[in-house]
Amino acid sequence: MKINKNKVIEKVVEGALFMSASLSVFVTLGIIIVLLFETIEFFKEVSIIEFLTDRQWTPLFMNKHFGILPLLNATILTSLISMIVAISFGLTIAVYISEYIKPEKRMIIKPVMEILAVVPTVVYGYFALLFVTPILRKIFPDISTFNALSPGIVMGFMIIPIIATMSDDAMQAVPKWLREGGYALGANKFQVTTGVVIPSALSGIMASFILGISRAIGETMIVTIAAGQMSNLTFNILEPMETITAYIVQVSLGDTPAGTIEFKTIFAAGMTLFVLTFILNVFSYMLKSKFRERYR
Amino acid sequence: MENNIRIEAREFNAYYDKKCALKDINFKIFSNKITAIIGPSGCGKSTFLRSLNRMNDLIENFNVKGELLIDNENIYDKDVDVIFLRKRVGMVFQKPNPFPKSIFGNIAYGLRIHKMFKNYDDLYMKVENSLKEAALWDEVKDDLNKSAFDLSGGQQQRLCIARAIVINPEIILMDEPTSSLDPTSTAKIEELIRKLKEHYTIVIVTHNMQQAARVSDYSAFFMQGELIEYDETTKIFTAPSNKLTEEYITGRFG
Amino acid sequence: MKEKKLINKIRDNFFPVAGLLATIISLGILFVLIIDVLKDGYMRLNLQFLTNYPSRIPEKAGILSAWVGTLWIMVLTALFIFPVGVASGIYLEEYAKPGKMKDFLEINISNLAGVPSIIYGLLGLQIFVYFFKLDRSVLAGALTLSLVVLPIVIVATRESLKAVPLSLREASFALGANKLQTILFQVLPSAFSGILSGVILSMSRAIGETAPLITIGALTYIAFLPAGPFTTEFPFITLQGLKDYFTVLPIQVFNWVSRPQKGFHSDAAAGIIILLIISLFINFMAIYLRIKFEKYMRRK
Ligand SMILES: Nc1ncnc2c1ncn2[C@@H]1O[C@H](COP(=O)(O)OP(=O)(O)OP(=O)(O)O)[C@@H](O)[C@H]1O
Ligand SMILES: [Mg+2]
Repeated sequence: MKINKNKVIEKVVEGALFMSASLSVFVTLGIIIVLLFETIEFFKEVSIIEFLTDRQWTPLFMNKHFGILPLLNATILTSLISMIVAISFGLTIAVYISEYIKPEKRMIIKPVMEILAVVPTVVYGYFALLFVTPILRKIFPDISTFNALSPGIVMGFMIIPIIATMSDDAMQAVPKWLREGGYALGANKFQVTTGVVIPSALSGIMASFILGISRAIGETMIVTIAAGQMSNLTFNILEPMETITAYIVQVSLGDTPAGTIEFKTIFAAGMTLFVLTFILNVFSYMLKSKFRERYR
Repeated sequence: MENNIRIEAREFNAYYDKKCALKDINFKIFSNKITAIIGPSGCGKSTFLRSLNRMNDLIENFNVKGELLIDNENIYDKDVDVIFLRKRVGMVFQKPNPFPKSIFGNIAYGLRIHKMFKNYDDLYMKVENSLKEAALWDEVKDDLNKSAFDLSGGQQQRLCIARAIVINPEIILMDEPTSSLDPTSTAKIEELIRKLKEHYTIVIVTHNMQQAARVSDYSAFFMQGELIEYDETTKIFTAPSNKLTEEYITGRFG
Repeated sequence: MKEKKLINKIRDNFFPVAGLLATIISLGILFVLIIDVLKDGYMRLNLQFLTNYPSRIPEKAGILSAWVGTLWIMVLTALFIFPVGVASGIYLEEYAKPGKMKDFLEINISNLAGVPSIIYGLLGLQIFVYFFKLDRSVLAGALTLSLVVLPIVIVATRESLKAVPLSLREASFALGANKLQTILFQVLPSAFSGILSGVILSMSRAIGETAPLITIGALTYIAFLPAGPFTTEFPFITLQGLKDYFTVLPIQVFNWVSRPQKGFHSDAAAGIIILLIISLFINFMAIYLRIKFEKYMRRK
């Protein structure tokens, strides 16, 4: 009898735990349904062709245009700038701490690096707008107060820890005998690092890059504060431009009533963002699993 | 003295996935005796021992065929309660594995989960008795609240023995209980094991031939999942009837 | 021949020099950032700054409503994610059988961790604000942020449970403990500081989150506080505050940065100093617990 009672309790607990774990599935479902619902509403009023090809995005003006290109362009440009910074610094740091310094030092540098990822993004926004842009102005006198370059660079620093940490983990997972194989052939450290370690860890390193891009695309406050809130289809990174995320913030700041076309635009923009990051995340996950499989 | 059969294996087989780890074992283990299981590494000693308290149930893909009886009851029957089985069949592991708790808390844990005490005094008394039985009381009686990790390896292993016996098992399984200990601690544990057989049936796995000879009444020699020879320890170590047994105990392989 | 030597020398020293440089520059940026906000904001740091509401006059503006809102949101978020996150982690690590279901749950959580936080804002807006009619309340904000950081807690819980050695579980099972007892009395206490470190880490992430809260419509200018949780009447506790509007520190900072006046930029910098102190403190606490946990695990 008592045994039965225990068994019942165990089952109940397991059920409750399962329900908690499946909450995450409902969150995903919720995101998809919410985005899909309003996006469909949006496309009842705006054609997909216009959304994808119109070169202007002006839903908040009298003369409304619904072309996502300016927002997408700004998102991609700022992300590219940030990735140039994050990859060049992140990967160099990863190689350095993984291959060239003592493990004890590595154990200190890694968590300190992480602080870069802990700093709230509004702080970076402030820094980009009020510190980095004025400095850039000394180099590019005609840079605007709001521009893509400065938040891109700052965002890059925020992403360095992701790339450095993940790439370092990947390189650490490369088995010793592979390195020794390289040395046995008479290669020096540089050759072993670039010819053996990095290629062996490549899928893990690529996974970190892709996760980094995904983070940059979804990053909001830095670009909202420092790149501006005026949609602008240009490749001139010294000009102001509005990213997808910044647009969502811009609309949210005004009191846009539910049901209006302006309201629906943030979901269409959100859907674009979700699809982009989702593809990148899945890709990164697959690369990482592939990497793990290889060196298990 | 008459020998009561406590444990009996009948055509017992054990598999990890498809891989056979124990093959057609027929084996009778007697009450209040110490039975040593010896054999080369990977021959299935631990697998057999861990089948006796169904510890291997925790391993995915582990399955058995045949019967394994304790007191004439097949422990792999569907309606057997594993919890109750493990209460009857205690286990001591190769590496001492005290809980990250006080010495007292370590011993009291089994009593608490099985609600085997009336009040605190009763709990304390039971803890004290088991520590005495495990020959550890004199060394720890003043620091029962100290962390079990502060004990030496040998003391930790005796603590684990005390932890096992406090819930009154009938059988105690020991998987190489002294292999991580120094000679002095080993001697103490061996002495303890000999003393414990008065109350318990003990099955011990060991790699140490001298130990098997010193402590056990019966010895079983396993090889590649098969029970090669089983007899009184004196017989096994003086006049083994199987050539493989002889080669193993004289150290020609293993 | 000489040329080759030079090339070799450059090669041998490339990564040590470039790596050191990159490390120094990255951390240097952090240093410069901190110096910059200190320089801009130190003169606003006084008691009034903490006890004043925002104001149209930069010198009089303060962060009272912001830090109180942040406190509310943090406490509620922690209350929500602790049970749900830990329970999910336990299920995945201890109960879920390997198979399609588990793979699916795992991929799902790893994907959620990568969803931009602003998307959670859109979810919160539709679900909490409109569907459950919570309006742009403290409760809606906390629930939204809980979803943002939930994956962090789940992953940290799993990592900590994974670190608990098999020998400990075996010892418990061998004594006839059932799975629930083993998890409750042995595994969880051992993993506790690791799990706690994960929860705290997720707090350091939540405290800086701005975008999802702006998206659900958190106000950027607020001159009142949510109703406090304590009252003089029975039962002395009220949840009225959950329904009130709120703002948080990073939103207040954002509001000030967005203004053209220099004076407000100083307010922003001062707010940032407070925000940085809190989030770095929380983060160090998490790291400290993590290190303690790892040391503790190594003892076994
Ligand atoms: N969890 C497992 N999964 C798959 N195979 C296993 C597992 N545990 C043991 N085996 C295999 O079963 C066989 C018997 O193993 P067992 O641990 O019983 O040997 P043993 O005699 O105790 O060896 P040792 O003296 O090294 O402890 C071995 O071939 C081993 O590889
Ligand atoms: Mg063994």
